[in-house]
Amino acid sequence: MGTKRHFRVWRGDDTGGSLEDFQVEVNEGEVVLDVIHRLQATQTPDLAVRWNCKAGKCGSCSMEINGKPRLGCMTRMSTFNETETVTVTPLRTFPVIRDLVTNVNFNYQKARELPAFAPPAGVAPGEYRMQQVDVERSQEFRKCIECFLCQNVCHVIRDHEENKHAFSGPRFFIRAAELDMHPLDARDDRKELAQAEQGLGYCNITKCCTEVCPEHIKITDNAIIPMKERVVDRRYDPVTWLGRKIFRRDQLDEQPVSASPKPAAAAADSGSNWHQEGPVPQEAPVGADGKLVVAELTLDRAAAGSPFGDDQVFPLPPEQLRYQHPSPPTGDGH
Amino acid sequence: MTTTPARLRSASGAGPRAAISEKTLRTDRWWLQPLLVFLGLGAFVVYGLVRAIMNKYYWASAEHYLAPFYSPCLTKSCVEGSSHFLGQPIPQLPSWLSPAMIILVLPGGFRLTCYYYRKAYYRSFWLSPPACAVPDGHKTYSGETRFPLIFQNIHRYFFYAAILVGSVLTYDAVLAWHGKDGGVGMGLGTLILAVNAVLIWAYTLGCHSCRNIIGGRLKHFSKHPVRYRAWGLVSKLNAKHQQFAWASLFSVIIADAYVMAVSAEWITDFRFFN
Ligand code: SF4
Ligand code: SF4
Ligand code: FES
Ligand code: FES
Repeated sequence: MGTKRHFRVWRGDDTGGSLEDFQVEVNEGEVVLDVIHRLQATQTPDLAVRWNCKAGKCGSCSMEINGKPRLGCMTRMSTFNETETVTVTPLRTFPVIRDLVTNVNFNYQKARELPAFAPPAGVAPGEYRMQQVDVERSQEFRKCIECFLCQNVCHVIRDHEENKHAFSGPRFFIRAAELDMHPLDARDDRKELAQAEQGLGYCNITKCCTEVCPEHIKITDNAIIPMKERVVDRRYDPVTWLGRKIFRRDQLDEQPVSASPKPAAAAADSGSNWHQEGPVPQEAPVGADGKLVVAELTLDRAAAGSPFGDDQVFPLPPEQLRYQHPSPPTGDGH
Repeated sequence: MTTTPARLRSASGAGPRAAISEKTLRTDRWWLQPLLVFLGLGAFVVYGLVRAIMNKYYWASAEHYLAPFYSPCLTKSCVEGSSHFLGQPIPQLPSWLSPAMIILVLPGGFRLTCYYYRKAYYRSFWLSPPACAVPDGHKTYSGETRFPLIFQNIHRYFFYAAILVGSVLTYDAVLAWHGKDGGVGMGLGTLILAVNAVLIWAYTLGCHSCRNIIGGRLKHFSKHPVRYRAWGLVSKLNAKHQQFAWASLFSVIIADAYVMAVSAEWITDFRFFN
């Protein structure tokens, strides 16, 4: 048998809101998301919360629990005292849509602004070869589930909305690091991009991103600081510069295994429109009273609405696509 | 028909945030750690200042102990015997300037620009932010993008200097095996100086700049097996950088205070032999 616990949940939307109090049953072995679901089932059927996997793998259920950014499905109720009030609020850094659901588009925008992997010239897909030790390093960053807790906690944008324009955030620093450390990536301007376009310099390495990452990625130690050091290599350090000149190490360190001096990717890349607006999120169809219709019978349509929005045409017009497949290699030997 | 309401059209991130009046809803003692760091680093700075101004009690001549805050002693004003293989290239100093002030610039700058200490003092002294998900204490923020904080990027020069400082401290630790009546001897001070040198090396070699220079900057570990191995070792130290930062901070104070006490004859050195 469970116990009754005191919950405070933020309810509201972009016009305002407040913390509401609930007494709710909690059973052994439950997590915060279970309790939110019980609230939905028993007291507040219209409480909005985003979730999918309940296994800490989809990154949907990011919320703030007792002021700490966490995954609702990975926060055990047993970590709280029986008498403790549990306060659940939406992520602070992003615009709220309703209740615990925020609009995390900022992150998708920043993702689009980061140039994708640039294939090496003269190596056909399927011919890529990498050594295990080279793969291992970036493997850590691939664990990211895009929960955006790190983006949410980072004080650079959390406390300074005006920095959002210039700052990409820790999630995209690990992506930049991953690509910059990638042995086959043909771009050699990623350090400069990280500094100039992503705002790497705004980070003051206070490590909150690392503290909240549910995948325990060492964001600061293994991605941000190495990227800062790589920027220093390029821009400020005469000793490594001299070393490179004397031992002619520049080719060795900077260029991918199979690279020709000119990255083929630059050309392919210029065709993509990284700064294009994404499709705008749409609301579910509502009745005349502005609320969701109760039953399908009263809906003006045969079935549920399209998750992409009913005014979306398929297939998407190609000029609206952001991705452009690199043209087949034209390098030597083919 | 599904519609796109106006408020979602501003979706690219401009809408208002959830209206939560509390600045932070954290219920744990988030202020404890910044407070401890503040006190710890504050105490170190105060001790360092007092010691640098003191300008005496840094050379225990009978035992050959040199206080780390005054090592290497490079000026003509150093007390006799305290300068060693580096000599005294710097002329007599005005009386308000001590030899410690000259040399402390290097280890001081190294620690000031260290990635770990930056985290520590940005949080506890500058409150930017004091703790995670606690609002930072400033209206505007530009991080390390401009003057003066962009100069944090010179950390690696201090790292190069720290290698020299580490070598000198190692030399001092070897020198401390000097017996009271010549030959080899060992006292408690010898042990303290040796432990201090080891911790300083563990801290210095675990530096993020070192990790980058040794191998972190490579794209292909597989092409540089030796550097890859070295990078692996440095990474091990690097993972404990915070712990070594504090351990070496304490050890340097203990070593310095011990030599000061011996040299001022407040205590006598405990000798294991000779
Ligand atoms: S370490 Fe940098 S990126 Fe991570 S939360 Fe702190 S300021 Fe943001
Ligand atoms: S890096 Fe960690 S905290 Fe950030 S989005 Fe990925 S999994 Fe979440
Ligand atoms: S529901 Fe998927 S991470 Fe929590
Ligand atoms: S000494 Fe701490 S990072 Fe260099």
